[in-house]
Amino acid sequence: MLVKALKGSPRYWSWMILLLMLMGVGFICYLWQLSQGLTITGLNRDVSWGLYIGQFTFLVGVAASAVMVVLPYYLHNVKAFGRITILGEFLAVSAIVMCLLFVIVDLGKPMRLFNVLLYPTPNSILFWDMVVLNGYLLLNLIIGWNVLEAEYKEVFPPKWVKILTYISIPWAISIHTVTAFLYAGLPGRHYWLTALMAARFLASAFASGPALLIILCFILKKFSRFDPGKEAIEKLSAIVAYAMIITAFFVGLELFTAFYSQVPAHGMYTLMYLFAGLEGHGKLVPFMWVFVVLAALAIVLLVIPGTRRKESTLLLACAATFISLWIEKGLALVIAGFIPNPLERVTEYAPTLPEALITLGVWATGLFLLTILYKIVISVKEEIA
Amino acid sequence: MRTTRRDFLKLGGACGLVFLVFPAVKGLAAGERQEGVEGLVRKLAMTGQEGSSSAPSRAGTRKSKWGLLVDMEKCWSREGCLECILACRREHNIPDIPTPKEEIKWIWKEPFANVFPEQEHEYWPEALPEKPVVILCNHCDNPACVRVCPTKATYKRADGIVMMDYHRCIGCRYCMAACPYGARSFNFRDPRPFIKETNPSFPTREKGVVEKCNLCVERIDAGLKPACVEACPAGALIFGNLEDPNSKIREKLRSFLTIQRKSELGTRPKVYYALP
Repeated sequence: MLVKALKGSPRYWSWMILLLMLMGVGFICYLWQLSQGLTITGLNRDVSWGLYIGQFTFLVGVAASAVMVVLPYYLHNVKAFGRITILGEFLAVSAIVMCLLFVIVDLGKPMRLFNVLLYPTPNSILFWDMVVLNGYLLLNLIIGWNVLEAEYKEVFPPKWVKILTYISIPWAISIHTVTAFLYAGLPGRHYWLTALMAARFLASAFASGPALLIILCFILKKFSRFDPGKEAIEKLSAIVAYAMIITAFFVGLELFTAFYSQVPAHGMYTLMYLFAGLEGHGKLVPFMWVFVVLAALAIVLLVIPGTRRKESTLLLACAATFISLWIEKGLALVIAGFIPNPLERVTEYAPTLPEALITLGVWATGLFLLTILYKIVISVKEEIA
Repeated sequence: MRTTRRDFLKLGGACGLVFLVFPAVKGLAAGERQEGVEGLVRKLAMTGQEGSSSAPSRAGTRKSKWGLLVDMEKCWSREGCLECILACRREHNIPDIPTPKEEIKWIWKEPFANVFPEQEHEYWPEALPEKPVVILCNHCDNPACVRVCPTKATYKRADGIVMMDYHRCIGCRYCMAACPYGARSFNFRDPRPFIKETNPSFPTREKGVVEKCNLCVERIDAGLKPACVEACPAGALIFGNLEDPNSKIREKLRSFLTIQRKSELGTRPKVYYALP
């Protein structure tokens, strides 16, 4: 089936070549980072995690969203999702690959990565993150490939695939719970030290992932004969709507706890930094208000049935959902956790150009992989139709 | 030998699984070896363990628990003094990187109001907020940094010192996120060009690893005091065994009111600040 990715229209090839170029530029920048060290990034002694880890955090959520189509289909027989579970699973594969790449490019000594296996440390959440992420990658790869191959051969998938699918459902929940635990268990970072962290990760994952899936379905519909079906899109958009409302509610909960209690140690200063600036520093303030506006726009468009059902406004709502949550999880969450620093000072962070190019290179790698996988899916579905 | 592709893959997969499982079993076994049941109980309590024996001097002894007391009155008697900081820098080949963005510091001075922010109120003596306080790694008894390290590159010795293994560190910087005191520095670039005078008896580090105060473990193991303690001209730094009720540090802890940084976080630091 892999050979199906090698046949395509000129438009397909131009897209792939563009991605390869971005991957190439990112790779060259990464080689420079390997030779000079992380000094080429905007990271500093106070904000020691930045764009790379932020992207990793956001993409774990996107990866987990596959469960939002798999669970209804396999556990509740929602037949409408039958055609798109494979799209969810392959989206999960490329998202996890991006997550792993972002972790690798962030490491100071990536050549020592094997140490995590040689010296397993069960008390470290990072250890468990590696376990669950790689496990989830394997699960989705095996399940997706076998289900697609069975469809290609026009037979039922082997029985053991179903067992793996059932395992993938709680496993999906585990990947962002564990990722949230990376942050929520640290005593010194008050913005992150909230029991609500894992719940927030779940809510934003179930909004951003399906939103991306809807956008991808429309792209596939435009460039091929694949049609996910109106019912699938309708159900997905309802999921995005609810998840987005819950996400906004959770942000509200954080704001209330911090500001009503007036306890500085509950993230009050960090929230002030994010939304208004602190001690003259406010690099993230415009981003946060864009997040608020886009999130509000998304919720309005998703709640009103008329705009949710119309293709153009639904796509706008999904884009607004994805971008706003990318700002919140991919930028704000990680960076602001370090502000103010343990000595009550504000040291800001902004990514450098090489850092941004490496990030773009990793995104291009994920999209490259996603395009290959989706091309195979489309070719198979078109052939058996 | 005739075999099918399927059988070959099955055997290969099984071998691969053993290859993956073996180091995990070895790692867990090594962790338990030194402490038996107590080790199991501590594992459940989520404190980091001592891990495998590949790094030097991982042992220490249970009979000592090292602590440091900072006598602020004595320290403040010498304004502008930097002897402890300079001694540490000389002893450990700490690079002098000019930008605060990437600076490496194991012990340094910060204003009182930044070190004890939760104590601050409007009616403090006017000079107090700006008075310099010497801060360093607290070598906590319940260290968050050790708990989060995925490779046990940072680990706690039996005598309480929180150590760094520069060869094992993968530079993930999780420990830096976990430390509530900002005690850790990262080598964003190769530090060697920035080292003024190399001390050949202590290693230099590479780019990509985290480092912090090691309580001069190499000196302690040789029966000496930490470099900062020895260098202090005012005798403001008191180092000793907290387990020995007759030690100088225990004596001072009985006679002064001492406070600690962020004591509400449960890290149980072992650096004590004696108020004037």
